[in-house]
Amino acid sequence: MRISVARTVALLAASSVALAITACAPPEKESAASNSDAAKAVSVSDLGGLDKLVEAAKKEGQLNVIALPPDWANYGEIIKAFNTKYGIKVNSAQPDASSQDEINAANQLKGQDGAPDVFDLSGAVASANTSMFAPYKVATWDDVPAALKDANGTWVNDYGGYMSIGYDASKVPAPQSVADLLKPEFKGKVALNGDPTQAGAAFSGVVMAALGNGGSADDISKGIDFFGQLKKAGNFLPVDPTSTTVESGQTPVVIDWDYLNVAQGAKLQGKMDWKTVVPSNAVVGSYYVQAISKDAPHPAAARLWQEFLYSDEGQNLWLGGGARPVRADAMAKAGTIDQAAYGKLPVTSGEPVFLTDPQTAKAKESLATNWAKAVG
Amino acid sequence: MAGVTRRRARRQRAFRWTIVTLLGIFFLLPLVAMLEFTTRGPNGTYTLETWKLLVDWGQLGETYPDLATGVANSFGQVLLTVALTLLLLVPTVVWVRLRLPRLRRVVEFLCLLPLTIPAIVLVVGLAPVYAWVTYFLGGSALTLTFAYTILVLPYAYRSIDAGLSAINVRTLAEASRSLGASWATVIWRVVLPNIRSAVLSAAFLTVALVLGEFTIASLLNRSNLQVAVNLLGKSSATMSVAVSLTALVLAFVLLMLLSLVGGGRRRTSLKETR
Amino acid sequence: MTVVTPHPDPVAPAPGVRPAPAARRRISLPGRDLLGVVPFFGFIVLFLAIPTLVVVIGAFTGDGGGFTLDNVSALGTSYILEAFGRSILLSAVTAAIGAVLGGLLAYALVTAKPDGVLRRVVTSASGVLAQFGGVTLAFAFVATIGLSGFVTVFLRDHLGVDIYAHGVWLFELPGLLLVYTYFQVPLMVIVFLPALDGIRPQWREAAESLGGSTWQYWRMVAMPLLAPPFLGSALLLFANAFSAYATAASLVSQGSPIIPLQIRGALTSEVILGQQNLGKAMALGMIVVVALVMWLYAVLQRRSTRWLG
Repeated sequence: MRISVARTVALLAASSVALAITACAPPEKESAASNSDAAKAVSVSDLGGLDKLVEAAKKEGQLNVIALPPDWANYGEIIKAFNTKYGIKVNSAQPDASSQDEINAANQLKGQDGAPDVFDLSGAVASANTSMFAPYKVATWDDVPAALKDANGTWVNDYGGYMSIGYDASKVPAPQSVADLLKPEFKGKVALNGDPTQAGAAFSGVVMAALGNGGSADDISKGIDFFGQLKKAGNFLPVDPTSTTVESGQTPVVIDWDYLNVAQGAKLQGKMDWKTVVPSNAVVGSYYVQAISKDAPHPAAARLWQEFLYSDEGQNLWLGGGARPVRADAMAKAGTIDQAAYGKLPVTSGEPVFLTDPQTAKAKESLATNWAKAVG
Repeated sequence: MAGVTRRRARRQRAFRWTIVTLLGIFFLLPLVAMLEFTTRGPNGTYTLETWKLLVDWGQLGETYPDLATGVANSFGQVLLTVALTLLLLVPTVVWVRLRLPRLRRVVEFLCLLPLTIPAIVLVVGLAPVYAWVTYFLGGSALTLTFAYTILVLPYAYRSIDAGLSAINVRTLAEASRSLGASWATVIWRVVLPNIRSAVLSAAFLTVALVLGEFTIASLLNRSNLQVAVNLLGKSSATMSVAVSLTALVLAFVLLMLLSLVGGGRRRTSLKETR
Repeated sequence: MTVVTPHPDPVAPAPGVRPAPAARRRISLPGRDLLGVVPFFGFIVLFLAIPTLVVVIGAFTGDGGGFTLDNVSALGTSYILEAFGRSILLSAVTAAIGAVLGGLLAYALVTAKPDGVLRRVVTSASGVLAQFGGVTLAFAFVATIGLSGFVTVFLRDHLGVDIYAHGVWLFELPGLLLVYTYFQVPLMVIVFLPALDGIRPQWREAAESLGGSTWQYWRMVAMPLLAPPFLGSALLLFANAFSAYATAASLVSQGSPIIPLQIRGALTSEVILGQQNLGKAMALGMIVVVALVMWLYAVLQRRSTRWLG
């Protein structure tokens, strides 16, 4: 056995040497893309106007987006519109991925043609990874409220919404408050979009439950307790709600962003009476974040995508999907907003709550330890 | 004595059919349910729409491009993994038997090691390695071949090792070497044909494993059949179930064929040693 | 195994035969033979040894680099311990059920004709079902006893039984117990069948000719022989369930009840960030558990091959 031991040792030694090499990331490939003018442009004027940007983007011909589900904030339509308008092919990877998956993919595919060009991230993931973004200020930059963007343009909020309860009106009575969901009529019917320790939407769902049950943004334990009670009452449905489960009637009540629930209702019009309510005095809001990858293989197309998203057209497309675009106020003032869609957004009562960073951190800690216990 | 034996045979038959029937129901029920699920039409009717679409490959690719990519990736992965596994394992195992018998225990140990390292664990450690793989070979889903080869190593090794034990490799090699054959010829022309059924069973296990793999592909952000099916399950439940069922039935048919080709010989399993 | 002298060359040409072209190589250092296994060892180092070391080293590395025990000691946090507990419970229960049911089925097969249709069909089906866990299996069970599944609807409409009267358990630990059993039983058939095949009918005849009853035969002969491979197979089933990820990943979306799902959470969560190394610590914990189980398996294996080779 002495020999095999010796060989094992040799193998281990070889491995550690190799490991030392692996530990450092592979060198970045010098690509034409990362040195192009577009990659350095921080605004459209750096390239000599929108026409020049369009020209450069068309030359690249492609755009890689990631984690954009077609039924999320109208992304299906947005991608189609962008493609039609500029003739640029949009490669939509892993539509179902999480924000962290976007960052992981960008790291794993670094230097590849398939690496993501642009990100659509939750605030927490974005602020942890700002070093991966290329700053860029869109033409409509001034319309975005200062609180909703990084001063250098490293990231910008894109669209947001409020936590809501979507429900099949033919199966359950309209819930007025979060606490209503504990009633026996909701037995085995209430689903939450994801695991709050993993998905941003579900996280905000727990915050909403906390607000609706006398908790606050500083203490979400009441929200976790609420889901514990929901589970004990047999009302909580541990199913990941998707358009399939809603359509087939498996998840008659879904706690999710209002824009997703509204879009669901629009999609099912005529088939199902899917309604959306933002519970009173439990209004939790959150914006997603838009950023360009520093290593974008198609830097011009990435910037053109941003220009498109923040144009009136792009903003109205988000609005069409029930999301509240970041320029909504400015556009309402200028009269360029899609009034019909704007009017259809669910009404809210009470001051919306946006969690601050320390509040978020505290809430996460509480969730990590207690969530599995509450619903397990 | 004869009466006892006959009575026992009858008892055993009764026992056999009870067990097989009971477990048969448990195992067939989900498959039947899948079939029922895929043929559900509106308002309690039955329809074959899903299956018609599944058979129409061109149309299917247009309707569900992700699925088509996933299937194509999986087939590519299967072919490459089978090739790489055999290329890596057969010469090594033969060589070790002939020239380096002292290394046999080490090779066996290394080949069986992946059994103790769950795929979910492997994927955690593979991420940095794959950063390099991507750097050199690109980010294609086919690069998962390397990880899959590790996963099938224990099964393929068992199979090939058992096949080699059944023949006298040394004599065969001596004979052909003395006739002037090169080592490559010995392995390719002499040893390989003699362990055909072992190689075939190793190849089959590889096919089954790669077609069913989800963990590594999903967590390394690459697409394959299972990842695509899982994604499809969120938008079109019936189609995803139909694809799953088809893959299952195909694998079963493949294995049945193999058991017929193998002439009913025992196939490799984890249990089978030396 | 402590032989250090070069082993006698197995392919020395027979006298009178034209020396093979490689005869010269024979005289050279045995080290040259090692060249033949370089590709294999290289591959193992790259894709097995390094990933494992990445996990082990990562488990002891802090966020900013440098050695730390924080990640490993974080394994003691209640929710991670509970996930380990549930993983072990799930694996143990399904291994036990799988071993008993699979053992019975394997025995039923042994009593059938060795080349008969029944045996062939069942072993082939077992081969497929044991490998094909994952997404497929999750879908199969959703189609069967999901909220609008075949059996659920049948029981509700025809027998008035609501299997989810006390909450929907399919997507939680009880559901995993049921679904895991589905791949554990066939795996047991595959791994236990060879051991049963090793039992020779002559032994039974011998026992009977000595006047032993059926009970005595089972207790004194078959059981002692089959106990080690049975336990060994059960351990293998345990490791199998403990390592499984895909089935749970596509079935369970809430609460991450078992450790592989906790690892996924640590890697992909968009809410709680910077847990990559905690994930590696959990992965290390998994390796330790599985390695322990596989070591026990190897011990039992060695014991049983003596009789049932």
